[in-house]
Amino acid sequence: MTVIKTRINRRSFLKVSAASGGGMLLGFSWLASCDPKEQQDVKEPPKEWFDINAFIKIGDNGDITIFSPNPEIGQNVKTSMPLIVAEELDVDWKDVTVQQADLNTVKYKRQLAGGSQSIRQGWKSLRMAGATARKMLLEAAAKQWKVEVSQLSTDKGRIIYRDQSLSYGEIAAAAAQLEIPEEVALKDRKDFKLIGTRVKNVDGSKIVHGEPLFGLDYQAENMLIAMIVHPPAFGMKLRSFDHSSIKSMAGIRDVIQINTAPEKVQWSDVNAFPDLIAIVGETTWQVMKAKKALTATWENMTPLESSTEHDEKLTNALAGKANIMRKDGDPDKVFKNASRIIEKTYSAPFLGHNPMEPMNFFADVTADKAILVGPIQTPEFLRSSAADLLGLSEDQVIVKMTRMGGGFGRRLYGHFGLEAAKISQQLNQPIKLIYSREDDMTQGTYRPAYKVTYKAALGENNELLGMKVKGAGLPGSPLFPNRYPAGTIDHFMIESVDVGTNISTGAWRAPRSNFIAGAEQSFLDELAEAMEKDPIDFRLELFDRAIKNPVGKDNNYDAERYAGVLKLVKEKSNWGTKTPGIHRGVSAYFCHNSYVAQVLDMEKTGDRLRIKKVWCAVDCGIVVNLEGAENQIQGGIIDGIGHAMYSNIQFKDGKPLQENFNSYRLIRHAEAPLEIETFFVDNGIDPTGLGEPSLPPIVAALSNAMYQATGHRYYNQPFALAEQGNSIKIG
Amino acid sequence: MAAYTINVNGEDQKVEVDPDTPILWVLRDHLQMIGTKFGCGIAQCGACTIHANGNAIRSCSLPISAVGDMKLTTIEGLSKEKDHPIQEAWLAHDVPQCGYCQAGQMMSAAALLNRNPSPTDEEISSAMNGNICRCGTYIRIHAAIKTASQKLS
Repeated sequence: MTVIKTRINRRSFLKVSAASGGGMLLGFSWLASCDPKEQQDVKEPPKEWFDINAFIKIGDNGDITIFSPNPEIGQNVKTSMPLIVAEELDVDWKDVTVQQADLNTVKYKRQLAGGSQSIRQGWKSLRMAGATARKMLLEAAAKQWKVEVSQLSTDKGRIIYRDQSLSYGEIAAAAAQLEIPEEVALKDRKDFKLIGTRVKNVDGSKIVHGEPLFGLDYQAENMLIAMIVHPPAFGMKLRSFDHSSIKSMAGIRDVIQINTAPEKVQWSDVNAFPDLIAIVGETTWQVMKAKKALTATWENMTPLESSTEHDEKLTNALAGKANIMRKDGDPDKVFKNASRIIEKTYSAPFLGHNPMEPMNFFADVTADKAILVGPIQTPEFLRSSAADLLGLSEDQVIVKMTRMGGGFGRRLYGHFGLEAAKISQQLNQPIKLIYSREDDMTQGTYRPAYKVTYKAALGENNELLGMKVKGAGLPGSPLFPNRYPAGTIDHFMIESVDVGTNISTGAWRAPRSNFIAGAEQSFLDELAEAMEKDPIDFRLELFDRAIKNPVGKDNNYDAERYAGVLKLVKEKSNWGTKTPGIHRGVSAYFCHNSYVAQVLDMEKTGDRLRIKKVWCAVDCGIVVNLEGAENQIQGGIIDGIGHAMYSNIQFKDGKPLQENFNSYRLIRHAEAPLEIETFFVDNGIDPTGLGEPSLPPIVAALSNAMYQATGHRYYNQPFALAEQGNSIKIG
Repeated sequence: MAAYTINVNGEDQKVEVDPDTPILWVLRDHLQMIGTKFGCGIAQCGACTIHANGNAIRSCSLPISAVGDMKLTTIEGLSKEKDHPIQEAWLAHDVPQCGYCQAGQMMSAAALLNRNPSPTDEEISSAMNGNICRCGTYIRIHAAIKTASQKLS
């Protein structure tokens, strides 16, 4: 790990001390409602298990089970959350078995995968779970040895008193009888043994040996396979269908219509197609064949939209009236008096999430109970919507979380779980609903399409006088009014227009940031060039202004930490040195409370471009698991490059034109950077988000390097689209 | 429906299915071998990669009627002792994020090393280009193949 000195200013110090646990005594009430955990089977179980709290049970042989509360989506929380518990419990990681916890928000609070929040929000409670358990074990041992707790210490699951020691397993029975302590001391960071080390994925062995883990792998007795047919276009709904065409096909049991709209719609109930046809049969292939053979008719509800019209709507929105989200100084005046105005417009299309595991869910619904099993980022919300839809109470609905084959926001919206539940209820039959790739890619819940215009006013001496930013989204706004460069420019304005659409959209890895970071950081690159400044020096000058004399009060970033990552990547990448054939782009962004700066090195040989290396500096506070953290950073970078280069959902008469991976391009092996080197700032601040922050800035590190390599600026994603006239190929 | 005997991981398996049933669904639905994954159904993503006579193929697009006496190997049969150099290298490099595509990735990688134990970087990239990893673990996949290759050669 790399250490840089980051002076903590007063504002961030207050923020930090309030959230920091190093050696502090913390008030404690969250386990008050802890109820005994039912015993669960693990490999070679000890004779007896003792439940210490909701997160920990200890076997009489010293085996430790730690329950991982949150859904695992590939962000590696199933390893990193229990690792935090194990740190404070002070056990040997090899003695720990991790189990996915059941959905129980009384015990575990927020059980949701999204917003890069699991570690941020879990940090304190996970530490307390480990520390209180350790304290109870110490108290039990002190009682047994008739000594003071202060005379004891722990190491690797053993309690030590002078030359004697006993394992946690030997004292667990007594510890489990004790009252949960009201106060507990957390470890000092210097005493961490696990946090900050490299720990392998706890499901690694199952993954590499093909063992069942995912929703699609779930099997139950008498289970049938179900698939849905949804309208072919946004704006359409089902009119009628003909079962006779498929009812007699081999293995087909039923063809039904379902309505899956819950009465009380929650944010997670985004769904353009609540009325569906469901086909149920014995095997997946039989149902797939029936699905192809089914004939149905559809009718128009709302106008059918096309991509050309989408683009016009966004362009018109940027030319028209908008909502002012932030205004500093008098931007109109400085633009009027400017010697030169630089104006550039950036755009990005709708995107599918396309996790590799298609949407699926198991449901077994009976008169008074629903068992729902599958991949879901929002199990708590699925439970309440399912209860509403099925006419059951929430405690009659059991949602079990499987490992997810990716999500990227797609599985925040659990309509597929509701569909499975409704099919099962209507047929009184356990079923597993499986989406085809086409079902998933054409169902919606896309990343919104965006367009934004950046304008800068320059004065006589090429100095920056003011900036105006105006963005539009289909739907929503791509802008965060109080993020950088707000706070660094005296005359500054942010405006937004929400353009309506009947295409359904949702959160996609690093919402809004995934577009706006690329636009903003590309514009700053072009602006620096116009001002004849080095792109890093120019950004640092702006940060310097925000540090010394920020414009406005409401600036949602810490300029010193922001500048810190930029300085770090500048130093590590030897920015300023020229290597023949290598073209460099730089970018920096802040989201999910973390700061990321990147330098991308692109090699050009003839017409062939290759991303040789990405240098990435990250300030996400304390790194919990270095192995997983680096993997997340690499994944975010490759994901960001891929989508900016290749991916695109377009529409003709409401119909998505991309339906599968033959027409929707995802980045492939030969197109990925050859190397990514990550440098974490070591500042001891409580951990912040990591699953998303490396994605947004890379879009501009890429486009800025492409400009250096090709002489063309890339404004419209996907960059590799031939219509841009600057067709390029990486790999 | 027709009766077929196919050889999977060294054992003959009898199934009765429609002739156009892809091997992917024979494995998953009829033989309860769920290690082979469904990703796209049109041989574009590689999640369903298995070996047919040692070569990587996409099981979603191979109907059972075309299998004949091919010897099929799936992720479950890649190694008897769970110790294929590719599996060990995948663990050593902690490759997976979500993990869903990795069985297909490993089967493609193992087939590459079967025919070319010391591939160049270009050969690795080319052989692995049919397998999509949506999480973006390509750099670790590449490094793990190099590690396994060193062990084999």
